[in-house]
Amino acid sequence: MDVNSTREQHGPDAPSATAASPVVAFRNVSIAFDGPPVLDDVSFSVAPGETRILLGPTGVGKSVLLKLVNGLLRPDRGSILLFGEEIAHMPEEQLFALRARIGMVFQEGALFDSLSVRDNVAFQLIQERVDDGEIDRRVRDALRFVELEDTFALYPDSLSGGMRRRVAIARALIRQPELLLYDSPTGGLDPVTSTTILELIVKERDALHTPSLMVTHRLQDALMLCNHRFDPQAGHMVPLPQGETDPGTTFLMLEKGRLIFDGSLQELVKSKNSFVREFLA
Amino acid sequence: MAIHTIENTAKKLVLTVQDYSLFSYRAVTDLFRPPVYWPEFLIQSDIIGFGSLPIVILSALSTGSVLALQSSATLAAFGATAVTGQFVSIIMIRELGPVLTGIMVAGRNSSSMASELGSMVVTEQIDAMRALGVDPVRKLVTPRIYATICMLFFLTIVADACSILGGGMVTVLMNHQNGTQYFSMAWEHLRLPDIIQGLVKPLFYGYILSSIGCFYGMRTTGGTEGVGSSTIKAVVTSSVLILFVDFLLTQVLLTLFSGWM
Repeated sequence: MDVNSTREQHGPDAPSATAASPVVAFRNVSIAFDGPPVLDDVSFSVAPGETRILLGPTGVGKSVLLKLVNGLLRPDRGSILLFGEEIAHMPEEQLFALRARIGMVFQEGALFDSLSVRDNVAFQLIQERVDDGEIDRRVRDALRFVELEDTFALYPDSLSGGMRRRVAIARALIRQPELLLYDSPTGGLDPVTSTTILELIVKERDALHTPSLMVTHRLQDALMLCNHRFDPQAGHMVPLPQGETDPGTTFLMLEKGRLIFDGSLQELVKSKNSFVREFLA
Repeated sequence: MAIHTIENTAKKLVLTVQDYSLFSYRAVTDLFRPPVYWPEFLIQSDIIGFGSLPIVILSALSTGSVLALQSSATLAAFGATAVTGQFVSIIMIRELGPVLTGIMVAGRNSSSMASELGSMVVTEQIDAMRALGVDPVRKLVTPRIYATICMLFFLTIVADACSILGGGMVTVLMNHQNGTQYFSMAWEHLRLPDIIQGLVKPLFYGYILSSIGCFYGMRTTGGTEGVGSSTIKAVVTSSVLILFVDFLLTQVLLTLFSGWM
Protein backbone atom coordinates (compact mmCIF):
# COMPACT_ATOMS: atom_id res chain seq x y z
CA MET A 1 0.00 0.00 0.00
CA ASP A 2 1.21 3.50 -0.78
CA VAL A 3 2.11 5.62 2.18
CA ASN A 4 3.48 9.11 2.54
CA SER A 5 7.23 9.05 2.68
CA THR A 6 7.37 11.58 5.52
CA ARG A 7 4.73 9.88 7.62
CA GLU A 8 5.13 7.56 10.56
CA GLN A 9 2.93 4.55 10.09
CA HIS A 10 2.12 2.07 12.82
CA GLY A 11 -1.54 1.25 13.03
CA PRO A 12 -4.15 -0.60 11.03
CA ASP A 13 -2.95 0.95 7.80
CA ALA A 14 0.31 -0.93 8.14
CA PRO A 15 0.81 -4.09 6.06
CA SER A 16 0.05 -6.20 9.12
CA ALA A 17 -3.39 -4.65 9.47
CA THR A 18 -6.59 -6.63 9.72
CA ALA A 19 -7.47 -8.76 6.73
CA ALA A 20 -11.08 -7.45 6.67
CA SER A 21 -11.56 -4.94 3.88
CA PRO A 22 -11.58 -1.38 5.16
CA VAL A 23 -14.77 0.66 5.43
CA VAL A 24 -12.90 3.70 4.14
CA ALA A 25 -9.61 3.74 2.28
CA PHE A 26 -7.80 6.84 1.04
CA ARG A 27 -5.05 6.30 -1.50
CA ASN A 28 -2.79 9.26 -2.31
CA VAL A 29 -5.63 11.76 -2.12
CA SER A 30 -4.95 15.43 -2.89
CA ILE A 31 -7.27 18.41 -3.13
CA ALA A 32 -6.75 22.15 -3.57
CA PHE A 33 -9.03 25.19 -3.77
CA ASP A 34 -7.48 27.97 -5.88
CA GLY A 35 -4.17 27.75 -4.06
CA PRO A 36 -1.75 25.35 -2.42
CA PRO A 37 -3.08 21.84 -1.71
CA VAL A 38 -5.37 21.56 1.31
CA LEU A 39 -4.67 17.84 1.41
CA ASP A 40 -1.56 16.44 -0.20
CA ASP A 41 -1.06 12.75 -0.99
CA VAL A 42 -3.06 11.47 1.98
CA SER A 43 -3.46 7.71 2.49
CA PHE A 44 -5.10 5.91 5.38
CA SER A 45 -7.94 3.51 6.07
CA VAL A 46 -10.67 2.84 8.63
CA ALA A 47 -11.19 -0.84 9.44
CA PRO A 48 -14.53 -2.35 10.57
CA GLY A 49 -15.16 -1.62 14.24
CA GLU A 50 -12.32 0.87 14.39
CA THR A 51 -12.47 4.43 15.75
CA ARG A 52 -9.95 6.78 14.18
CA ILE A 53 -9.22 10.19 15.65
CA LEU A 54 -7.90 12.75 13.20
CA LEU A 55 -5.83 15.31 15.08
CA GLY A 56 -4.38 18.56 13.91
CA PRO A 57 -4.56 22.30 14.51
CA THR A 58 -7.26 24.43 12.91
CA GLY A 59 -6.98 24.91 9.15
CA VAL A 60 -4.93 21.84 8.22
CA GLY A 61 -7.74 20.26 6.20
CA LYS A 62 -9.41 17.98 8.76
CA SER A 63 -13.00 18.93 7.85
CA VAL A 64 -12.14 18.77 4.14
CA LEU A 65 -10.89 15.22 4.65
CA LEU A 66 -14.13 14.29 6.39
CA LYS A 67 -16.20 15.73 3.54
CA LEU A 68 -14.12 13.75 1.06
CA VAL A 69 -15.01 10.54 2.89
CA ASN A 70 -18.71 10.78 2.00
CA GLY A 71 -18.25 12.51 -1.34
CA LEU A 72 -19.39 15.99 -0.31
CA LEU A 73 -16.12 17.08 -1.92
CA ARG A 74 -14.23 15.41 -4.78
CA PRO A 75 -10.46 14.92 -4.76
CA ASP A 76 -8.25 16.37 -7.48
CA ARG A 77 -6.10 13.24 -7.41
CA GLY A 78 -6.11 9.84 -5.74
CA SER A 79 -8.67 7.23 -4.93
CA ILE A 80 -11.27 6.96 -2.15
CA LEU A 81 -12.90 3.63 -1.42
CA LEU A 82 -16.09 3.76 0.64
CA PHE A 83 -17.62 0.39 1.56
CA GLY A 84 -15.39 -1.03 -1.17
CA GLU A 85 -16.70 1.30 -3.88
CA GLU A 86 -14.59 3.93 -5.59
CA ILE A 87 -16.32 7.28 -5.00
CA ALA A 88 -13.79 9.79 -6.33
CA HIS A 89 -15.63 10.04 -9.65
CA MET A 90 -18.96 8.49 -8.71
CA PRO A 91 -22.02 10.44 -9.97
CA GLU A 92 -23.86 12.37 -7.26
CA GLU A 93 -27.04 10.31 -7.80
CA GLN A 94 -25.21 7.09 -6.88
CA LEU A 95 -23.51 8.74 -3.94
CA PHE A 96 -26.83 9.52 -2.23
CA ALA A 97 -27.44 5.81 -1.69
CA LEU A 98 -23.97 5.34 -0.17
CA ARG A 99 -24.30 8.44 2.02
CA ALA A 100 -27.53 7.10 3.47
CA ARG A 101 -25.40 4.37 5.08
CA ILE A 102 -23.24 6.95 6.87
CA GLY A 103 -24.04 9.09 9.90
CA MET A 104 -22.35 12.47 10.02
CA VAL A 105 -22.22 14.96 12.88
CA PHE A 106 -21.32 18.44 11.66
CA GLN A 107 -19.28 21.05 13.51
CA GLU A 108 -22.26 23.12 14.69
CA GLY A 109 -24.79 20.31 14.44
CA ALA A 110 -26.26 21.59 11.14
CA LEU A 111 -29.82 20.95 12.28
CA PHE A 112 -32.57 22.16 9.95
CA ASP A 113 -33.93 25.34 11.58
CA SER A 114 -37.38 25.00 10.08
CA LEU A 115 -37.94 21.45 11.35
CA SER A 116 -38.68 20.22 14.87
CA VAL A 117 -36.25 17.98 16.69
CA ARG A 118 -38.48 15.02 15.81
CA ASP A 119 -38.39 15.87 12.10
CA ASN A 120 -34.66 16.60 12.20
CA VAL A 121 -33.83 13.27 13.77
CA ALA A 122 -36.28 11.45 11.50
CA PHE A 123 -35.22 13.30 8.35
CA GLN A 124 -34.02 10.21 6.50
CA LEU A 125 -36.94 8.08 7.67
CA ILE A 126 -39.42 10.73 6.49
CA GLN A 127 -37.77 10.75 3.05
CA GLU A 128 -38.10 6.97 2.98
CA ARG A 129 -41.83 7.33 3.85
CA VAL A 130 -41.56 5.17 6.96
CA ASP A 131 -44.80 4.85 8.92
CA ASP A 132 -45.38 7.75 11.38
CA GLY A 133 -45.75 5.48 14.40
CA GLU A 134 -42.50 3.71 13.55
CA ILE A 135 -40.78 7.09 13.07
CA ASP A 136 -41.94 8.32 16.50
CA ARG A 137 -40.72 5.14 18.16
CA ARG A 138 -37.30 5.26 16.53
CA VAL A 139 -36.88 8.99 17.16
CA ARG A 140 -37.68 8.48 20.85
CA ASP A 141 -35.14 5.62 20.98
CA ALA A 142 -32.47 7.80 19.37
CA LEU A 143 -33.26 10.75 21.64
CA ARG A 144 -33.19 8.46 24.68
CA PHE A 145 -29.70 7.35 23.61
CA VAL A 146 -28.52 10.98 23.77
CA GLU A 147 -30.67 11.63 26.87
CA LEU A 148 -32.81 14.28 25.22
CA GLU A 149 -36.21 12.64 25.05
CA ASP A 150 -37.90 15.82 26.32
CA THR A 151 -36.86 17.79 23.26
CA PHE A 152 -39.02 15.70 20.89
CA ALA A 153 -41.37 18.55 19.91
CA LEU A 154 -38.96 21.48 20.31
CA TYR A 155 -37.29 23.46 17.53
CA PRO A 156 -33.49 23.78 17.19
CA ASP A 157 -33.46 27.49 18.08
CA SER A 158 -34.69 26.65 21.57
CA LEU A 159 -31.79 24.23 22.22
CA SER A 160 -28.37 25.02 23.66
CA GLY A 161 -25.19 24.35 21.66
CA GLY A 162 -24.56 21.09 23.48
CA MET A 163 -28.14 19.91 23.02
CA ARG A 164 -27.95 20.66 19.31
CA ARG A 165 -24.85 18.45 19.01
CA ARG A 166 -26.61 15.68 20.89
CA VAL A 167 -29.63 15.92 18.60
CA ALA A 168 -27.20 15.83 15.65
CA ILE A 169 -25.72 12.62 17.09
CA ALA A 170 -29.23 11.17 17.44
CA ARG A 171 -29.92 12.09 13.80
CA ALA A 172 -26.68 10.42 12.72
CA LEU A 173 -27.51 7.25 14.65
CA ILE A 174 -31.18 6.74 13.82
CA ARG A 175 -30.63 4.52 10.79
CA GLN A 176 -27.89 2.52 12.52
CA PRO A 177 -25.18 3.68 10.11
CA GLU A 178 -22.29 1.55 8.95
CA LEU A 179 -19.86 4.43 9.43
CA LEU A 180 -19.92 7.53 11.66
CA LEU A 181 -18.16 10.79 10.90
CA TYR A 182 -17.75 13.39 13.66
CA ASP A 183 -16.58 16.86 12.64
CA SER A 184 -15.21 18.56 15.79
CA PRO A 185 -18.21 17.45 17.86
CA THR A 186 -17.00 19.32 20.96
CA GLY A 187 -15.82 22.50 19.23
CA GLY A 188 -16.93 25.66 21.05
CA LEU A 189 -18.51 23.78 23.96
CA ASP A 190 -17.74 24.14 27.67
CA PRO A 191 -15.79 21.28 29.34
CA VAL A 192 -18.85 19.73 31.02
CA THR A 193 -20.90 19.66 27.80
CA SER A 194 -17.85 18.39 25.87
CA THR A 195 -17.57 15.49 28.30
CA THR A 196 -21.26 14.69 27.77
CA ILE A 197 -20.73 14.59 24.00
CA LEU A 198 -17.60 12.46 24.35
CA GLU A 199 -19.46 10.09 26.64
CA LEU A 200 -22.05 9.61 23.90
CA ILE A 201 -19.31 8.88 21.37
CA VAL A 202 -17.70 6.35 23.74
CA LYS A 203 -21.13 4.84 24.44
CA GLU A 204 -21.79 4.50 20.72
CA ARG A 205 -18.35 3.01 20.13
CA ASP A 206 -18.59 0.44 22.92
CA ALA A 207 -22.28 -0.41 22.58
CA LEU A 208 -22.76 -0.44 18.80
CA HIS A 209 -19.16 -0.79 17.55
CA THR A 210 -19.79 1.36 14.48
CA PRO A 211 -16.55 2.26 12.71
CA SER A 212 -15.97 5.98 13.02
CA LEU A 213 -13.70 8.83 12.08
CA MET A 214 -13.60 11.79 14.44
CA VAL A 215 -11.95 15.08 13.65
CA THR A 216 -10.74 17.25 16.52
CA HIS A 217 -8.05 19.74 17.39
CA ARG A 218 -8.46 19.06 21.12
CA LEU A 219 -5.93 16.55 22.38
CA GLN A 220 -7.76 16.15 25.70
CA ASP A 221 -10.87 14.92 23.83
CA ALA A 222 -8.83 12.41 21.89
CA LEU A 223 -7.15 11.14 25.06
CA MET A 224 -10.47 10.85 26.89
CA LEU A 225 -11.89 8.80 24.03
CA CYS A 226 -8.89 6.51 24.10
CA ASN A 227 -8.63 6.14 27.90
CA HIS A 228 -12.28 5.50 28.71
CA ARG A 229 -14.87 2.84 28.13
CA PHE A 230 -18.63 2.82 28.55
CA ASP A 231 -19.88 0.91 31.56
CA PRO A 232 -23.40 -0.32 30.74
CA GLN A 233 -24.10 -1.22 34.39
CA ALA A 234 -23.13 2.21 35.70
CA GLY A 235 -24.70 3.93 32.68
CA HIS A 236 -21.74 6.24 32.12
CA MET A 237 -18.16 6.11 30.91
CA VAL A 238 -15.37 5.08 33.25
CA PRO A 239 -11.59 5.40 32.93
CA LEU A 240 -9.68 2.35 31.78
CA PRO A 241 -7.04 1.02 34.19
CA GLN A 242 -3.80 3.01 34.27
CA GLY A 243 -1.73 2.43 31.14
CA GLU A 244 -4.56 0.76 29.18
CA THR A 245 -6.17 2.25 26.09
CA ASP A 246 -9.03 1.20 23.87
CA PRO A 247 -7.38 -1.09 21.29
CA GLY A 248 -9.79 -0.07 18.51
CA THR A 249 -9.13 3.65 18.87
CA THR A 250 -6.18 4.93 16.88
CA PHE A 251 -4.82 8.26 15.70
CA LEU A 252 -4.07 10.17 12.54
CA MET A 253 -2.40 13.54 12.47
CA LEU A 254 -2.35 16.18 9.75
CA GLU A 255 0.16 18.95 9.28
CA LYS A 256 -0.31 21.45 6.45
CA GLY A 257 -2.38 18.99 4.45
CA ARG A 258 0.00 16.06 4.86
CA LEU A 259 -0.66 13.01 7.00
CA ILE A 260 2.32 12.83 9.35
CA PHE A 261 1.16 10.19 11.81
CA ASP A 262 -0.92 7.02 11.72
CA GLY A 263 -0.90 4.77 14.78
CA SER A 264 -1.91 4.05 18.37
CA LEU A 265 -1.77 6.37 21.39
CA GLN A 266 1.39 4.67 22.66
CA GLU A 267 3.06 5.25 19.31
CA LEU A 268 1.80 8.83 19.24
CA VAL A 269 3.34 9.74 22.57
CA LYS A 270 6.64 8.09 21.57
CA SER A 271 6.71 9.83 18.19
CA LYS A 272 9.89 11.72 17.35
CA ASN A 273 8.21 13.96 14.81
CA SER A 274 8.78 17.55 15.93
CA PHE A 275 5.24 18.66 14.95
CA VAL A 276 3.69 15.78 16.91
CA ARG A 277 5.89 16.58 19.91
CA GLU A 278 4.88 20.21 19.75
CA PHE A 279 1.18 19.30 19.45
CA LEU A 280 1.40 16.98 22.45
CA ALA A 281 3.33 19.47 24.56
CA MET B 1 -2.66 44.45 -15.89
CA ALA B 2 -5.97 45.92 -17.07
CA ILE B 3 -6.24 43.29 -19.81
CA HIS B 4 -5.53 40.60 -17.24
CA THR B 5 -8.36 41.93 -15.05
CA ILE B 6 -10.77 42.07 -17.99
CA GLU B 7 -9.79 38.53 -18.97
CA ASN B 8 -10.40 37.23 -15.45
CA THR B 9 -13.74 39.02 -15.20
CA ALA B 10 -14.81 37.61 -18.58
CA LYS B 11 -13.77 34.11 -17.53
CA LYS B 12 -15.70 34.43 -14.27
CA LEU B 13 -18.78 35.65 -16.13
CA VAL B 14 -18.66 32.77 -18.62
CA LEU B 15 -18.14 30.30 -15.78
CA THR B 16 -21.09 31.74 -13.85
CA VAL B 17 -23.34 31.50 -16.91
CA GLN B 18 -22.21 27.91 -17.45
CA ASP B 19 -22.84 27.02 -13.79
CA TYR B 20 -26.25 28.70 -13.89
CA SER B 21 -27.22 26.85 -17.07
CA LEU B 22 -26.25 23.46 -15.62
CA PHE B 23 -27.90 24.26 -12.28
CA SER B 24 -31.21 25.40 -13.76
CA TYR B 25 -31.27 22.53 -16.29
CA ARG B 26 -30.88 20.04 -13.42
CA ALA B 27 -33.50 21.77 -11.31
CA VAL B 28 -36.04 21.85 -14.14
CA THR B 29 -35.51 18.27 -15.32
CA ASP B 30 -35.66 16.90 -11.76
CA LEU B 31 -39.44 17.25 -11.94
CA PHE B 32 -39.57 14.40 -14.44
CA ARG B 33 -37.62 11.89 -12.33
CA PRO B 34 -38.67 10.56 -8.93
CA PRO B 35 -38.66 11.44 -6.13
CA VAL B 36 -40.70 14.61 -6.65
CA TYR B 37 -41.37 16.62 -3.50
CA TRP B 38 -45.00 17.67 -4.00
CA PRO B 39 -45.57 18.77 -0.36
CA GLU B 40 -42.67 21.25 -0.74
CA PHE B 41 -44.25 22.45 -4.01
CA LEU B 42 -47.52 23.19 -2.18
CA ILE B 43 -45.77 24.91 0.73
CA GLN B 44 -43.76 27.10 -1.64
CA SER B 45 -46.88 27.86 -3.70
CA ASP B 46 -48.54 29.12 -0.54
CA ILE B 47 -45.52 31.21 0.51
CA ILE B 48 -44.94 32.66 -2.96
CA GLY B 49 -48.53 32.91 -4.19
CA PHE B 50 -50.61 33.92 -1.19
CA GLY B 51 -47.68 35.61 0.53
CA SER B 52 -47.11 37.92 -2.42
CA LEU B 53 -50.79 38.72 -2.94
CA PRO B 54 -50.90 41.92 -0.82
CA ILE B 55 -47.95 43.64 -2.50
CA VAL B 56 -49.10 42.56 -5.95
CA ILE B 57 -52.64 43.89 -5.38
CA LEU B 58 -51.38 47.16 -3.90
CA SER B 59 -48.84 47.82 -6.64
CA ALA B 60 -51.34 46.89 -9.37
CA LEU B 61 -54.08 49.12 -7.95
CA SER B 62 -51.64 51.98 -7.64
CA THR B 63 -50.20 51.54 -11.15
CA GLY B 64 -53.64 51.24 -12.75
CA SER B 65 -54.79 54.38 -10.95
CA VAL B 66 -51.72 56.38 -11.96
CA LEU B 67 -52.02 55.20 -15.55
CA ALA B 68 -55.66 56.35 -15.67
CA LEU B 69 -54.76 59.71 -14.12
CA GLN B 70 -51.86 60.38 -16.44
CA SER B 71 -53.48 59.10 -19.62
CA SER B 72 -56.79 60.89 -19.16
CA ALA B 73 -54.99 64.22 -18.79
CA THR B 74 -53.12 63.62 -22.04
CA LEU B 75 -56.08 62.08 -23.88
CA ALA B 76 -58.30 65.01 -22.89
CA ALA B 77 -56.16 67.25 -25.11
CA PHE B 78 -57.36 65.18 -28.10
CA GLY B 79 -60.91 64.75 -26.80
CA ALA B 80 -60.26 61.04 -26.42
CA THR B 81 -60.79 60.43 -22.71
CA ALA B 82 -63.25 57.69 -23.69
CA VAL B 83 -60.36 55.38 -24.58
CA THR B 84 -58.80 55.53 -21.09
CA GLY B 85 -60.12 52.02 -20.33
CA GLN B 86 -58.63 50.59 -23.51
CA PHE B 87 -55.32 52.31 -22.82
CA VAL B 88 -55.05 51.03 -19.25
CA SER B 89 -56.13 47.46 -20.03
CA ILE B 90 -53.86 46.96 -23.02
CA ILE B 91 -50.80 48.48 -21.35
CA MET B 92 -51.35 46.52 -18.16
CA ILE B 93 -52.26 43.16 -19.68
CA ARG B 94 -49.63 43.17 -22.38
CA GLU B 95 -46.76 44.75 -20.58
CA LEU B 96 -46.90 46.31 -17.14
CA GLY B 97 -48.90 43.59 -15.39
CA PRO B 98 -46.37 40.79 -16.01
CA VAL B 99 -43.27 42.98 -15.60
CA LEU B 100 -44.47 44.77 -12.48
CA THR B 101 -45.62 41.53 -10.86
CA GLY B 102 -42.36 39.86 -11.82
CA ILE B 103 -40.27 42.62 -10.28
CA MET B 104 -42.38 42.81 -7.12
CA VAL B 105 -42.23 39.06 -6.64
CA ALA B 106 -38.49 39.10 -7.41
CA GLY B 107 -37.98 41.70 -4.68
CA ARG B 108 -39.88 39.59 -2.20
CA ASN B 109 -39.16 35.99 -3.19
CA SER B 110 -35.90 35.94 -5.14
CA SER B 111 -34.29 37.64 -2.15
CA SER B 112 -35.90 35.28 0.35
CA MET B 113 -34.82 32.23 -1.67
CA ALA B 114 -31.24 33.49 -1.86
CA SER B 115 -31.06 34.35 1.83
CA GLU B 116 -32.81 31.18 3.01
CA LEU B 117 -30.70 28.83 0.90
CA GLY B 118 -27.58 30.93 1.54
CA SER B 119 -28.08 30.62 5.30
CA MET B 120 -28.51 26.89 4.89
CA VAL B 121 -25.24 26.72 2.94
CA VAL B 122 -23.18 28.68 5.49
CA THR B 123 -24.60 26.72 8.44
CA GLU B 124 -23.81 23.45 6.61
CA GLN B 125 -27.49 22.47 6.43
CA ILE B 126 -27.15 21.87 2.69
CA ASP B 127 -24.13 19.62 3.28
CA ALA B 128 -26.08 17.87 6.05
CA MET B 129 -28.94 17.26 3.63
CA ARG B 130 -26.55 15.77 1.07
CA ALA B 131 -24.89 13.73 3.82
CA LEU B 132 -28.33 12.37 4.77
CA GLY B 133 -28.76 11.09 1.22
CA VAL B 134 -31.15 13.77 -0.05
CA ASP B 135 -30.48 15.90 -3.12
CA PRO B 136 -30.92 19.55 -2.03
CA VAL B 137 -31.53 20.73 -5.62
CA ARG B 138 -34.36 18.26 -5.99
CA LYS B 139 -35.85 18.98 -2.55
CA LEU B 140 -35.32 22.74 -2.26
CA VAL B 141 -34.78 24.23 -5.71
CA THR B 142 -37.11 22.32 -8.04
CA PRO B 143 -40.28 22.93 -5.95
CA ARG B 144 -39.42 26.65 -5.65
CA ILE B 145 -38.95 27.06 -9.40
CA TYR B 146 -42.19 25.33 -10.38
CA ALA B 147 -44.17 26.96 -7.56
CA THR B 148 -42.97 30.40 -8.69
CA ILE B 149 -43.76 29.78 -12.35
CA CYS B 150 -47.22 28.54 -11.44
CA MET B 151 -48.02 31.26 -8.91
CA LEU B 152 -46.64 34.16 -10.97
CA PHE B 153 -49.04 33.19 -13.74
CA PHE B 154 -52.03 33.60 -11.40
CA LEU B 155 -50.59 36.63 -9.62
CA THR B 156 -50.28 38.36 -12.99
CA ILE B 157 -53.97 37.73 -13.71
CA VAL B 158 -54.82 39.20 -10.29
CA ALA B 159 -52.54 42.18 -10.96
CA ASP B 160 -54.15 42.81 -14.38
CA ALA B 161 -57.63 42.74 -12.85
CA CYS B 162 -56.66 44.99 -9.94
CA SER B 163 -54.93 47.54 -12.14
CA ILE B 164 -57.98 47.83 -14.42
CA LEU B 165 -60.12 48.18 -11.32
CA GLY B 166 -57.80 50.87 -9.94
CA GLY B 167 -57.95 52.73 -13.25
CA GLY B 168 -61.74 52.43 -13.19
CA MET B 169 -61.96 53.88 -9.69
CA VAL B 170 -59.89 56.91 -10.69
CA THR B 171 -61.87 57.34 -13.91
CA VAL B 172 -65.22 57.29 -12.11
CA LEU B 173 -64.40 58.91 -8.76
CA MET B 174 -61.77 61.50 -9.71
CA ASN B 175 -62.18 62.14 -13.43
CA HIS B 176 -66.00 61.88 -13.19
CA GLN B 177 -66.29 59.82 -16.35
CA ASN B 178 -68.66 57.03 -17.18
CA GLY B 179 -67.66 53.75 -15.53
CA THR B 180 -69.57 51.56 -17.97
CA GLN B 181 -67.78 53.21 -20.84
CA TYR B 182 -64.39 52.68 -19.16
CA PHE B 183 -64.94 48.97 -18.51
CA SER B 184 -66.54 48.27 -21.89
CA MET B 185 -63.62 49.98 -23.65
CA ALA B 186 -61.20 48.03 -21.48
CA TRP B 187 -62.86 44.74 -22.42
CA GLU B 188 -63.98 45.21 -26.02
CA HIS B 189 -60.63 46.20 -27.45
CA LEU B 190 -58.74 43.32 -25.92
CA ARG B 191 -57.65 40.73 -28.46
CA LEU B 192 -56.50 37.15 -27.91
CA PRO B 193 -52.84 37.99 -28.74
CA ASP B 194 -52.88 40.65 -25.99
CA ILE B 195 -53.99 38.08 -23.45
CA ILE B 196 -51.56 35.42 -24.71
CA GLN B 197 -48.68 37.93 -24.49
CA GLY B 198 -49.66 38.80 -20.96
CA LEU B 199 -49.88 35.19 -19.86
CA VAL B 200 -46.77 33.83 -21.57
CA LYS B 201 -44.44 36.41 -20.03
CA PRO B 202 -44.97 35.49 -16.35
CA LEU B 203 -43.94 31.90 -17.12
CA PHE B 204 -40.51 33.17 -18.15
CA TYR B 205 -40.24 35.72 -15.35
CA GLY B 206 -41.20 33.14 -12.73
CA TYR B 207 -38.48 30.85 -13.99
CA ILE B 208 -35.92 33.68 -14.04
CA LEU B 209 -36.57 35.07 -10.57
CA SER B 210 -36.73 31.69 -8.83
CA SER B 211 -33.79 30.05 -10.57
CA ILE B 212 -31.61 33.13 -10.05
CA GLY B 213 -32.61 33.38 -6.37
CA CYS B 214 -31.87 29.69 -5.77
CA PHE B 215 -28.66 29.80 -7.82
CA TYR B 216 -27.13 32.65 -5.83
CA GLY B 217 -28.38 31.13 -2.58
CA MET B 218 -26.73 27.79 -3.29
CA ARG B 219 -23.46 29.51 -4.30
CA THR B 220 -23.19 31.49 -1.09
CA THR B 221 -19.78 31.61 0.55
CA GLY B 222 -18.31 33.64 3.38
CA GLY B 223 -20.76 33.53 6.26
CA THR B 224 -23.48 36.08 6.99
CA GLU B 225 -21.83 38.72 4.81
CA GLY B 226 -21.98 36.25 1.94
CA VAL B 227 -25.70 35.74 2.53
CA GLY B 228 -26.28 39.49 2.24
CA SER B 229 -24.21 39.65 -0.92
CA SER B 230 -26.10 36.72 -2.49
CA THR B 231 -29.42 38.36 -1.68
CA ILE B 232 -28.43 41.60 -3.38
CA LYS B 233 -27.09 39.76 -6.42
CA ALA B 234 -30.27 37.70 -6.68
CA VAL B 235 -32.62 40.70 -6.63
CA VAL B 236 -30.52 42.87 -8.94
CA THR B 237 -29.80 40.11 -11.47
CA SER B 238 -33.35 38.79 -11.58
CA SER B 239 -34.87 42.29 -11.92
CA VAL B 240 -32.46 43.28 -14.69
CA LEU B 241 -32.95 39.96 -16.47
CA ILE B 242 -36.73 40.31 -16.29
CA LEU B 243 -36.52 43.72 -17.97
CA PHE B 244 -34.08 42.47 -20.58
CA VAL B 245 -36.03 39.30 -21.35
CA ASP B 246 -39.22 41.40 -21.50
CA PHE B 247 -37.75 43.36 -24.37
CA LEU B 248 -36.76 40.20 -26.24
CA LEU B 249 -40.05 38.44 -25.53
CA THR B 250 -42.11 41.43 -26.59
CA GLN B 251 -40.21 41.57 -29.87
CA VAL B 252 -40.70 37.84 -30.48
CA LEU B 253 -44.38 37.85 -29.51
CA LEU B 254 -45.15 40.95 -31.56
CA THR B 255 -43.53 39.30 -34.56
CA LEU B 256 -45.47 36.07 -33.96
CA PHE B 257 -48.80 37.85 -33.63
CA SER B 258 -48.17 40.52 -36.24
CA GLY B 259 -50.85 39.09 -38.51
CA TRP B 260 -53.49 39.17 -35.76
CA MET B 261 -53.11 42.75 -34.61
